[in-house]
Formats: sequence, structure tokens, C-alpha cells
Amino acid sequence: MSHILLRDLDLADIGKLDVYVANGGYEGLKKAVAMPPGAVIDVVKASGLRGRGGAGFPTGVKWGFIPQDNPVNYVVVNADESEPGTFKDRQLLTGNPHQVIEGALIGAYAVRARAVYIYCRGEFWDLAHRLDARIEEARAAGFVGENILGSGWSCEVYTHLGAGAYICGEESALLNSLQGLLGQPRLRPPFPAQKGGGLYYEPTVVNNVETLANVPYILANGADAYRKFGTEQSPGVKIFCVSGHAERPGNYELPLGTTFRELIYEHAGGVRGGKQLKGILTAGVSAPILPATDAVLDTPLTYEDVLNAGSSLGSASIILLDETVNMAWAALKMVRFFKHESCGKCTPCREGCYWMLQLLERLNRGGGAPGDVDLLDEVAAQMIGKCLCALGDFALNPARGTIQHFRADYDALFEAAGEVEAEVETEPVSEPVGV
Amino acid sequence: MLVEKYKDRIEKTLGKYPDKRSAVMPVLYMAQQEYGHLTPQAMQEVADICEMSVTQVKSIAGFYTMYFEKPKGKFHLQVCTDLPCALRGADHFYAALKAYLGIDEGEVTGDGLFSVEHVMCLAACDQAPAMQINFSYCTGLDIEKAKAIIEAIRTTGEYKP
Ligand SMILES: Cc1cc2nc3c(=O)[nH]c(=O)nc-3n(C[C@H](O)[C@H](O)[C@H](O)COP(=O)(O)O)c2cc1C
Ligand code: FES
Repeated sequence: MSHILLRDLDLADIGKLDVYVANGGYEGLKKAVAMPPGAVIDVVKASGLRGRGGAGFPTGVKWGFIPQDNPVNYVVVNADESEPGTFKDRQLLTGNPHQVIEGALIGAYAVRARAVYIYCRGEFWDLAHRLDARIEEARAAGFVGENILGSGWSCEVYTHLGAGAYICGEESALLNSLQGLLGQPRLRPPFPAQKGGGLYYEPTVVNNVETLANVPYILANGADAYRKFGTEQSPGVKIFCVSGHAERPGNYELPLGTTFRELIYEHAGGVRGGKQLKGILTAGVSAPILPATDAVLDTPLTYEDVLNAGSSLGSASIILLDETVNMAWAALKMVRFFKHESCGKCTPCREGCYWMLQLLERLNRGGGAPGDVDLLDEVAAQMIGKCLCALGDFALNPARGTIQHFRADYDALFEAAGEVEAEVETEPVSEPVGV
Repeated sequence: MLVEKYKDRIEKTLGKYPDKRSAVMPVLYMAQQEYGHLTPQAMQEVADICEMSVTQVKSIAGFYTMYFEKPKGKFHLQVCTDLPCALRGADHFYAALKAYLGIDEGEVTGDGLFSVEHVMCLAACDQAPAMQINFSYCTGLDIEKAKAIIEAIRTTGEYKP
């Protein structure tokens, strides 16, 4: 099967405008601007496309929230891609950039936006500069700027670089960052789609790179063609980022509904060195780990099935952990990430991350006190639903998930106290942020 | 002064946004490239360009990890040691790299060429271990490859990805 998203794997030069156009590129935009904006939204609604940034919110529904009569609306492309284990947007923007630009323009036409901002994480410096050149190519061809394709609608496309902050992937923090404010989340409502909640407080669609990369195909081929892939509730194709102990880590574009087993053993070559698979993270480090049981391996990768299995599909960043990993160490690594990335605004997240890290460092050093594991679980549980954004809820999953499924690994730390000490990095515990 | 030296770039950047404050991040990058790190003078210039107070500019610079208020090596190596990379040997790679350069995190080599830092996920987990040399990706590493890259930089004075 040829790819819908990772077309650079089929056509190495698809990043060039002439090659993209010669292979059906910008046909979706042409179709869109010949339709009323509302009809474009209806097609995307009918396709059932769901947001690929993590939350899985229906894209057409999101576009439909934007008031059509507001004079200034925006589209923001979320290219902050900072979830550990996620590297699909980077491949899309590197290998097939025009498809993302086209998808964003279709969205912009649908909501009558006057500008698109592509917010790239700071590390995408080279990529963002290449993207600027692609945008200029598209402008020269009449796809960007004044009176696009003679439709009477005008729209600019700009890139904006972040500077190293995971929280700026959260949409309201991203909007603040783009406005030159501190990249911390906003209180909602108003939501970004509403007046008062978006970029410069105007109604704004925020979509992930991969979400928008699906849109040209949907417009060009219709909602039914897209629905041929995937399941009723999770239609279409998805890029699965496989990392960690895979034999062949990488991006795999497959229909939603593919099982973990097929993804891991048929596509990613199984576990490195023929080892036994122990745990699977599905949404980077943000959702609870799943034990690699047969039931889990036979679970279809859809929003609904992974939820039922006790985790979340999120951005489909599948991290494999083999039998050699002590999950308390994995929890330490994950909590260290959240401690570093908590923006410090909400006390439960800021303090919770700090104390979880303290406990996990002590446990992993072999100096834990009995009761530390229960205390860790309790600290994590106290964070549930208490913060302005989802980072606080993500941050409690590493500890809770590993304790729930791999408590024996924590016990092993007590038994092996002393032996493990040399294995643990002795990075000093820093002060909590924001104090 | 940035305003004189980069007049066109600054104007183009300001033109992207409906308000000047939005340009604070790109202008901070310009200042950092010009002065090597964000000196008080650099912050003041950014504040003037974006019509913000210096305090506001400092708080933005301090919030993000990619703005530096202290000098770094000419080639700043940022090694990812996050979970997916660590599962593929990134912690050992980072330790070996520091040992080879003879510096610890936060230090600069005697010749001023290199500094190192461990960072969070770089979105290159399938090619672990991975690092950035200034703003360029350098992936699929092992310590021998890294040594070769470092020696090439020492000889040529530049990094070619
Ligand atoms: C802490 C945090 C980090 C996030 N990081 C990203 C990110 O890097 N990229 C992304 O597309 N969405 C990210 N999101 C989700 C966004 O808030 C938002 O839901 C998404 O961009 C919406 O686009 P979609 O509907 O196309 O998925 C993050 C959310 C949270 C809470
Ligand atoms: S974990 Fe190292 S690049 Fe993602």
C-alpha cells in the first residue's frame, strides 16, 4: 500500500513543490476553495478525522466551533512535538512539508482565517527555515497570500520557533508563547475556538501537524475513501512512532485498528535481541504503562480500545520496554521529565512532580524507606484533576502505572539495595521550579 | 546594535505579527546569535525592539531552556537522555562523551569549543542516541562516531551535518 501521510517513503522528492503538485498535491485545496467553507467542514466531519496531537478530538467539529462571521480568525499548527517517543511531525515536516501546509490552508479556508502560524519547537530550527522556503514556493504558485487560487480569500502562512519547553505543546500555553507571553496554560473557558480564548484572543483552531496532513487526502478523495481505513470510531490511518527496545524503531503509517502485536512484531521487527517484551507505553510517557500480556498485544490500536485496555492512544508514541528494565527506573526517568517540564503555575503539579522525583530517586538509589511506594502512589493520586492543563494528569501516570502493574520491581529495589546504586545517575535534585 | 545590523530581518520579523511583543522569541534568538549569549545589553536591545520592559524580556528568556544567560562553547552539544533514548544506551553515551571531552555539564572545554548538556526528548528517538550540535541534529550515535565528529570540528572549525 502506498502511504497517505509518509509519502516521502514512496517518493523521495515529494518535499519539492513540483513533485508534490505532479502527484496530486494542492488538489484538495483547489476542491476546497470551490466549495462554501461550511461544506469543507462537513466533509472533514464526515471523514471522522480525530486530532492526532493526543486528545483525539474530532477535527471537523472543532472547526465548526469557529464563528464564521468573526472578522479575524486564526489557524495554528502545533509542531511543538516534544512528547518523549514522538517523532512523526518531524518526519512529515521534513519529508512531506507541502501536505502539512496544504492541510493548514484548507483548515484556514474552512474557518475563514486570515493567517496560519506554524509553531515549531526550537530544536526544529533548520526544519523551520526550510519550511519558510517551502511557504515561499507555495506563495509563488498562488497557494499562499492574496486571493488564493482566485477565490477572493487571502491568507498568510508564518513559522514561529519555540525555545525548549514541553508545556508550549499544550494549546493555550502555545498561544501565550506565540503572543510573547510566558508559555503557561490559560484558564478555560473561553476555549481557543471562542472569542477571547484564541490567538490574540480571537477564535483560533489549533491542530497537530499530523491531523492536518490527513486533510488534503480527505478533500481530494472524499470522506468515504478515508473511512475505508480504520474503525467506525477511529477512522483513517495513523503514524505509529515505535521507539525503545524495538528491533526496528521508526515511524509506521498503518490503519487505526492494527493490533499492538502486528505493529510490534510484523512491522517493527519485534523486540531487540529477541528479548521478552515487558511493558508498552502507548502515548509517550503521558499515559499509564501497559503490561505486555497477550490481551494487550491483541488490542487494536484505536482511541476506544486502548482506553478500554487501561491507557490512552494519545499521539501513538509506542515505547517498548523489555524484560531487562526495572520499571521503577523507567518511572524515575519519566518523572524527571515532568519535573523538568512542569511550568510551575499550578501548585499540585509543581510540588507533586518535585516530591515524586524525590521519592523515586531515593528508591532507585536503594535508600528507600518501607512505605515509600505507597507514599509515592498517594502523592500521585493527589494530583488527579487539580491543574489548569493536562500536564498535571500526565505526570502522575508514570508512578501510578508502574506501581499498579510492576510493584514487584519496586520490591526488588529493596532486596537489591546497594547493588543498584551504581546504575543510577547521581544527578542532584534541583529546587522545584517557580519558587 | 541589533536594530542597525539586522534592520531588515527585524522588520520582517515584526511584520509577521499584529503586535511587537510576539517578536520577542525570534528577536531573542537574533540577540543570542549576535552576542553568543544573552548579555544585559542584549536583553535591553530586545526590550526596546519589542516595546517591552527588560524585566519582561528576562522572564521570557528564563522560562525557556534554549536561551542562554551564560556563555557556552562555540559548539554546544545537547544530548538526549530521556527514556526512549536511555533504553538504547544514551546515559552511557553521555557519560562517555563527557569523559572524552574532559568536561562536566555546564563547563566549557579549554579551547572554548565545546560545552555539553543533557536535554529532554529531541523527537529523534528512533535514531538514539541523539544530540543537537547547536541547532543541527546529529543522530544514530555511538561514542566512536561522536569522537570522529568532535575531531572533525577541531580540525575544520565547523560542523557539517
Ligand atoms: C502538556 C501537553 C503537551 C502537549 N504537546 C503537544 C504537542 O507537542 N503537539 C501537539 O500537537 N499537541 C500537543 N498537546 C495537545 C494540544 O493541547 C492540543 O490538544 C492539540 O494540539 C490539538 O490538535 P489536534 O486536535 O489536531 O490533536 C499537548 C497537550 C498537553 C497537555
Ligand atoms: S527520547 Fe531521545 S530523542 Fe526522544
